[in-house]
Order: sequence, then structure tokens, then C-alpha cells
Amino acid sequence: MRFLPTDEQVAFAEAIDDIVEAHGGSEIAQRWAADDDEAGRALWAQFAELGLTGLRVPEEAGGFGGSASDLAVVFERLGYHGVPGPYIESIAFLPALVDADTRERLVAGAIATVAVDPLAPAALDAHAAELLFQVRSCALHPAAVREPAGSLAPTRRLALLDAQGEARALEARELALAADEAALAAAAMLIGAGERLLDEAVSYAKVREQFGRPVGEFQALKHQLADVRVALTFARPLVWNAAIALGMDEGERAVSAAKIAASDAAALAARVALQVHGAIGYTSEHSLRIWLGLAHALPAVWGTRAFHRARIARSILPGRAA
Amino acid sequence: MNLDLTPEQQAFAAEARAWLQQHVPARPLPSMDTEDGFAAHRRWEATLAEGGWSVVAWPEQYGGRDAGLIEWVLFEEEYYRAGAPTRVAQNGISLLAPILFEHGTPEQQQRYLKAMTDGSLIWAQAWSEPGAGSDLAAIRSTARRDEERGGWILNGQKIWSSRAAWADRGFGLFRSDPTAERHRGLTYFLFPLDAEGITVRPIAQLDGTTGFAEIFFDDVFVPDADVLGAPGDGWRVAMSTAGNERGLSLRAPGRFLAATDRLIDLQASRSEADETDAVVDAWIRAEAYRLYTWQTVSTVQDGGSVGAEGSMNKVFWSELDVDIHETALRILGPEAELRGPQAERDGRWAEDYLFSLSGPIYAGTNEIQRNIIAERILGLPRGGDGRRA
Repeated sequence: MRFLPTDEQVAFAEAIDDIVEAHGGSEIAQRWAADDDEAGRALWAQFAELGLTGLRVPEEAGGFGGSASDLAVVFERLGYHGVPGPYIESIAFLPALVDADTRERLVAGAIATVAVDPLAPAALDAHAAELLFQVRSCALHPAAVREPAGSLAPTRRLALLDAQGEARALEARELALAADEAALAAAAMLIGAGERLLDEAVSYAKVREQFGRPVGEFQALKHQLADVRVALTFARPLVWNAAIALGMDEGERAVSAAKIAASDAAALAARVALQVHGAIGYTSEHSLRIWLGLAHALPAVWGTRAFHRARIARSILPGRAA
Repeated sequence: MNLDLTPEQQAFAAEARAWLQQHVPARPLPSMDTEDGFAAHRRWEATLAEGGWSVVAWPEQYGGRDAGLIEWVLFEEEYYRAGAPTRVAQNGISLLAPILFEHGTPEQQQRYLKAMTDGSLIWAQAWSEPGAGSDLAAIRSTARRDEERGGWILNGQKIWSSRAAWADRGFGLFRSDPTAERHRGLTYFLFPLDAEGITVRPIAQLDGTTGFAEIFFDDVFVPDADVLGAPGDGWRVAMSTAGNERGLSLRAPGRFLAATDRLIDLQASRSEADETDAVVDAWIRAEAYRLYTWQTVSTVQDGGSVGAEGSMNKVFWSELDVDIHETALRILGPEAELRGPQAERDGRWAEDYLFSLSGPIYAGTNEIQRNIIAERILGLPRGGDGRRA
């Protein structure tokens, strides 16, 4: 038993940190939100070279052959940096559902997105994707943009799609597993976004002075920040456990617990970080909006809290089986 | 990253489960905060020790099994799952023993460790004073040197001393150098509660039982042999116990997993109660606590230590405990108010609710814990709240 990231996972996470910083850090997301995709696309290409776009594709199919634990570690870093783009869709959800040729393109770095009814009905970043899909009635359809839509998160640009062309039939079980993998990735991203919000808030609380002292001296803020620390600390092991349990007997409820706890922790981090920043945090030019956006938007996709609570209730409460 | 147990660890858990199944009393013992209950719990400690399950992580020479941290957590999980009695020896085993192992003389270890594992010597903690609750450095009870007799004279008053009403001995801090700074000049003493000059006055708790007491010291002599650590060094010595109390050792995850299981059963028995979301959330948080414990165990096995992180544990479990019990009371509806035999069939939720309310207060209030988290983990600046360092 060793319930901690391996040395290899830590090294991979650090490589992601270095690559993101080299490409501009939070500027990548700010520019993406302003319709300038260049840095975001360059980052994606760099990640493809690292093997990240083939993370969950088996080695014999040309991928990286990573585990779901690797996925959890990686997506926490993506959330921490607020990296823009349909990573959950391209790396966590689609690879297991597409045909071999498409999977090869994904591994090589093709950007793909998908609308999944009802878990994620609007496709993320369809404008930047060369492969568009829609899932309905247990089938994967090629799709095209019907109309763009906004998001609570400035770095998430959504679109409603229309299915067109020949559909690929899916097994209910493989679809459910792919959706759980996406929910796991979203949970990990939420932990990362929450950690970044906490870091930003703590840094700001140390330097921002009011009444002649750093605001971080005030107990009213200290206690809010401490509660964020506690919420994130206890949510993360649920995400790791979900990664271990994915696809096993208790995998579904483990994923649901992770998604709920990560959503709640990130939402708390968002509220507190904004409160600590005050009005400056409420402006568009401040980078805080990147992680605030993720913390607001990600809890709503890949299974709402209500969806996941109901799934856990069916599992733990006798007589609640649907 | 994995949660796989070795075959040896699985066998250890199975052995514990089998023994507990055979020995855990069929009917719950009376509250250990009553005289009869205290005696019954003392006997249970003896039974546990006979089976070799009193202190699994201790060295064999003191009645332990030399078990590792993983085995300890496994045992705790089995213990609570079996519905075994709360440990009346907990103050000694969890709070005092780690200090005895680290700072005690070989003679003190010999004299005290074994005796606390089988219930023959039950300890009360004597930390707080009327003017010093969570702020332990404000302690005013004194220790005066008595060279002639080779010891110290204790005077003053301790309060909120858990188990003190019926325990055998106490441990606590006294100010041995009145001129030293707040955190210095304190000495850690061990003393018998029936010593000449000691008066123990039980205090009825919120639940009506006498779970704690006041202790008055009127020229109480304690020999040098019962000073723990160096005189004047008591703060440093005591802080290692405080960390313990807040951290891993006091609240194993099994307790909350078991309480959540009971909550799930309660919800299932009252289908009209609409508390499903609260029950699900309790289950999620108990799981989170269990898994965080395994993460901590892994960190310790990698050579890391549990310091201020214990404060996060304490805030998390104490608030979870209150929430579990509040949810249970909502499910019970008007029956939540009932106490005594009528309420027994629902499993003493009212009694346990009152006890859960003490969690955010004792072992350092949750406000103190949040300050520790903010300052020592997040690195926020101290001060500003009238607190002196």
C-alpha cells in the first residue's frame, strides 16, 4: 500500500509545470479567452510530443499507456495552470470510443471535442477542434457546429453541435466508463484549480494591506483560507481513490464522491479567493477569472452534484437501486 | 499509487476481526462517564490486553505486537466496525505514552507503560485551567522546588480534566519558574489523584454524566521520579502530545465509518425522512477521512512527519462528527429528543450528539486549529488578534 503519487508521476507533473510556464503560464488562458489560440495550440503540440495526448491509449496502440492515476495527477496540473482547450474530451473521454484511425490522430495531437447528452450537452472549444463528435442514444456521431455559446468560464468557449454522417454504435458500459473517466479528469482539474485559487489568495493576503497591516493577519480571512485548505486536502484522496477504483465494482460511486468533493472544494476556494482579492478580483483583466471560471463551470458538466449524489445513494442505501 | 494490502496485513485484519467478533460485549457497556460504566470499561481494557489487542503498535515488552502503522489503522477500522467499546485508557495510551516513550526515564517506562495497557492504571489529563483552555501557555498552577524531600510542591487548579472523576493518576503542566516567559519555566508532572492535598470535584457535562472534573492542588508533593522530561522543559514535552491528540492517533477513521454505517441504517429504517443528500455527504466525508488517513500513513512511511497537518484532521473529523449526529437527529424527527431506554433502539443518537458537540472545543478549539493551519501551513502572518506568540 502506498497512497501517494510515484516518483515518475511527480516528475511528469513537474514537466507539465515547466512546459506551461515556458509557453506563457496564465497568459495562455487569457489569450485563449480573447480568441487568440496561438499559444494554446502551441502548448497542445508540445504536450503531444510529451506523450500527454496519448496518455490513456495503450502502448501497443501507439499511446503512452498511462494509468487512471496518471490521469488524475496530470489533470490536477492542467487545472492548476488553467490550461485552455478540450483536454478532458480529447484525452479522457474520446480515446476509448473512437475507431483506431481516429485514436491514432488523437495520440498524434489532433484536437477533438464532443457534446454528450445530457452530461456535457455543449461541446467545449469546437472552434479549435479538427474532430467534432456528438454522443446520443448510445452512439458516437460525427458532428458540426450549429451555433456557438458562451460559458460561465471565460476560457471555455462552447458550441451546440449537429450530428451528421455515420454513427458508431457504443456499448452502454464502455460509454459509462468513458464518462466516468471524464468526470475523474474534471474532478482532478477542479482540485488543481482550487489549489491555484488558494495559492493566489494566500499570496495576495500576504501583500495587500488594509488598516496598516496585511489582510492575511485578520482572523476572519485566515479562517476562510484555512477552511479551503481543509476542503482541498480531504477532496484530493477521493480523486486518487476514484482513479484506482475506475472500472471496478465500486468505481462509479468512487468517481461520484470525487466529483462532488472536488466541486465543493473548488467552489469554496473560488468564493474565498474572490473575497480575499476584493474588487480587483472581479475584473476581467485579472487572471483570477481563469480559475474562478473553471470552479464555476466544471461542477456542472460530466455529472452534476445531484447526478452523482443520486448514484451514491443508490449504491449505499438499501432499497434505492433504480 | 495503490491501496493494496499485503497477505500478511490482510491476515492481521482477519485475526483482529475474528477476535473482536468473539469478545466484543453483545450489549453496549454503560457510559464510561458513570461509575459503573467506568468499571466495566476498565474490565474491557483487561480483556483487550489478554487478547493482545490493547496496544498493537507498541513493542512486545510492553504488551504490544510491534505492528506497523498500516496494521494499527487496520485494527482501528476493525475495532469500530465491530462496535467495540470506547477506550477508557485512551488518555494514557494515546496522549501520555508517546511522551513516555520519547522523554520518559527507563524507570518511568517500566513503572507506567505496561500498567496502562490492561486498565490497571487509568490516566486523566490535566491540561486546562480556569484561565487557560486552548491557550495552555497561560497556565498559572505552580510547582515549587522542595530540595529536602527531592521533589516539587504543586498548588493551583486544573479543570475540564477528562476521566478525572474515576481515574487513578493525572498528568499535566505546572509553572516551575514564575519569572520565565510564557512558554518556558513549565514542568510536566505525573501524580496520583488520591495524593494528599488533591481534591477532585466532578463536573456534570452537557449530557449529565461526569466525564470531566476539576482538580485542586493544595501543597501536593510530587517526587523527582514523577517529573517527565527536564524541569522547565514541559512546554516542548507537552506539545508533542497535543499534536498527537489532534492528529492521527486520537480519531481513527473507523469511528466515522462506523457512525456513517449506523446513519445509513437509520435512514433506511425511516423511509419518510428526506435526508438522503446529508447521508450521502456524510458517507463521502467519512470516505475522505479514511483515504486521507492512508495518504498520511504513506507519507509517514516515506519518512515524513505529521505536524500542523494534525490540525486539519481535527477540524475535519470534529465537524463531520457533529454533522453526522445532527443528520441523525433530523431523521429521528420528534423522537430525537428522547433519551434513556426508549431511545436505545435507535442507538443512543441523542447521547452521542451531545458528546459530538465537545469535539470542536476540546484538544484545542477549532479556531485555534484554523489559526495553526493559516499560519503554519499557509504561511500567513501571525498577530493581529491579541494573541502573543
